[in-house]
Amino acid sequence: MAKISFHHSDGNVDVLDVDPGTSLMRAAVTNGVDGIVGECGGQAMCATCHVYVRPEYLDALPEIGEDEEEMLECTAGPRDETRSRLGCQITVGDGLEQIEVDVPDDQI
Amino acid sequence: MSTPENVVVVGNGQAGIQLVDSLRKEGYTGAITLLGEERHHPYQRPPLSKDYLAAGKDPVPLPLRPEKFFTTNDVDARLGVRVTSIDRTARTVALDDGTTLAYTKLVLATGAANRELTVPGAALSGIHGLRTLTDAQALHARLDAVRSVVVIGAGFIGLEFAAAARARGLDVTVLEYADRPMGRALTPVTSGFFADAHQRLGVTLRLGEGIASFDSNDDGHVTAAVSTTGERYPADLVLVGVGVTPRTELAQAAGLEVDNGIVVDGSLRTSDPDIYALGDCASFPNAHAGARTRLESVQNATDQARHAAAAMLGAGPGAGPGSGPRGETGGYADLPWFWSNQGHLRLQIAGLSAPGDQTVLRGNPAEEKFSVFCFRNNTLTAVESVNQPADHMAARRLLSAGRTLTPEQAADPDFDLKAYSKQQPAAV
Repeated sequence: MAKISFHHSDGNVDVLDVDPGTSLMRAAVTNGVDGIVGECGGQAMCATCHVYVRPEYLDALPEIGEDEEEMLECTAGPRDETRSRLGCQITVGDGLEQIEVDVPDDQI
Repeated sequence: MSTPENVVVVGNGQAGIQLVDSLRKEGYTGAITLLGEERHHPYQRPPLSKDYLAAGKDPVPLPLRPEKFFTTNDVDARLGVRVTSIDRTARTVALDDGTTLAYTKLVLATGAANRELTVPGAALSGIHGLRTLTDAQALHARLDAVRSVVVIGAGFIGLEFAAAARARGLDVTVLEYADRPMGRALTPVTSGFFADAHQRLGVTLRLGEGIASFDSNDDGHVTAAVSTTGERYPADLVLVGVGVTPRTELAQAAGLEVDNGIVVDGSLRTSDPDIYALGDCASFPNAHAGARTRLESVQNATDQARHAAAAMLGAGPGAGPGSGPRGETGGYADLPWFWSNQGHLRLQIAGLSAPGDQTVLRGNPAEEKFSVFCFRNNTLTAVESVNQPADHMAARRLLSAGRTLTPEQAADPDFDLKAYSKQQPAAV
């Protein structure tokens, strides 16, 4: 199992144990993490699963793809040049056994 | 609304769920009843014809909202129930489980149903449609056991399925009675590109050939598809993707105006002011088409739901988050956009083109990375992009703002489209 921590601006944290291969968006939507929408079903079309990845995990992430790059320019919450990612494009397991992200206040 | 309020929503797909979500977010505190025909917890449909069909273990559907959404938001969500009739005078709906529900506002988010073939053999086993999770589960279970697949219809669903079947190494033939794939949605340039691209992927694409009949073995299982030219294509499995029809039967029986969809105004209100319709089933005045249209997309479902929720709560037409910059008349006017993943090809469309639009190519189809810009009277109407997400997002920005560029700019590779699309429109 891999571990994902979603930190909310009110201080609450959702900690999930999920199967390797699960995306942050799927984990959040399946388990009811507030603030992650995933309106397009994980197709990098909508930018409603925007997260800020905590710095210590950034090196373990895959490169930002072309689709993700474009959608990150359209997030409802402000983009952070290094920490902003789409939750649908980050999959845990296989070198990323644990990750912590901050959830923006706005997604739409 | 008068009290006690009860909003009854028929249909728990993308549109129905978003409407419920938006009503609560906008502060509605009355009762909500959400009715779904399927027994599954509401799920995302787009992945069913894409990621869901890949080889491997049984895929898990992606929920539209978490299970707890309905309790958290105090929604009476009922699964596996069908509305059998609407009584507009009594303001009630009757369900197939024998119950009757009173409503103060009724929302029809009934979606669409797959069109079915009527040719000889159309009911054989091994012939599938693809709309629901149950359909996708059946296909996923069968794809491991088949060799030859015939797809009827080269629309989005048919070609997404064809690409997924090819990725599994299956023999795939696609029959399309029209002379080009996705002809209803795409310009000839992009359509032609996809015809070639699928053949490069190893799909046998037969244009100008419809389906005439199916052959079967003694067990009643399909063995071949026979086309309108008499050609016979071996098939262990057939996927039928020949379009959809809007689910208007309830509205029709209730005497609401129906014309290729349930007729609504710019607030998504039907000819009965207490009944709304949205998503795939609704025919609405479309500012981007300059005509009444019906659209089948996630964007259309969710944006209309946001708009309808605002309208229902009396925010006034055009005041809700669903109102776009072209909504000067106050009606729903969000920019339509669509996408389709076919193998490694990602098609994205912003806006609506029409036959006769001037088309300008930007990028190189030979590299499978280009966009087609569509113009009418020198004004941008739509952009179709293949593996070119930057063009797509620039197009969404321009079209949403009611802006254009010149055909010469679109064709010029040195023109900085992204920077241009981010400029603020000149002050009037």
